[in-house]
Amino acid sequence: MTSHLGLMILFAAFVSVIFATLMRDEPREQLAFGARLFGGFVAAGVLLGWLLFPFPL
Amino acid sequence: MRATAADRVQTTTNTYLICAVAWLVPGAGHLWLGRTQKCLVFLIALPLMFATGLWLEGRLFPFQLSEPLVALAAIADLGIGLPYFIAKAMNAGAGRVVAWTYEYGNAFVIVAGLLNMLVVLDAFDVAQGRK
Repeated sequence: MTSHLGLMILFAAFVSVIFATLMRDEPREQLAFGARLFGGFVAAGVLLGWLLFPFPL
Repeated sequence: MRATAADRVQTTTNTYLICAVAWLVPGAGHLWLGRTQKCLVFLIALPLMFATGLWLEGRLFPFQLSEPLVALAAIADLGIGLPYFIAKAMNAGAGRVVAWTYEYGNAFVIVAGLLNMLVVLDAFDVAQGRK
């Protein structure tokens, strides 16, 4: 888990769980919304990572 | 729609008390308002995220007004409530700048505090009968 990708996934999981619980009332809706959020966070993170690849700091 | 304790509008004093309790113990405001499932998620996830940040050698920033960004980070850290004071009492959160997880740790600790502030606002809305 202690890799850049692992920590990003863990962070996305925490934020998705909290947002889904805040924004939806029914457990089924929370699960669906949380899964979509999590997928979006991870996909955006990986995509941005690759976009930044040619521009090392 | 079922009428629960959470659906009733709270008095102004109660609302602010609920917000204070919600800040101090993540999820406690929702428990007060009868939203047990949400309370459990907040009570587990937020302190766990905060503790993960400290484990990753993140720092609890000092209230240093000469450095506005540091002061803002300190306010965000404080947003988690009681876990912040427990960590301070245990001398945790010194932060190790050379650790590769340092920035990740800071992100976890700061965002846990900010998310708890959102949870407090949600409890306020529920207490006001808006949700």
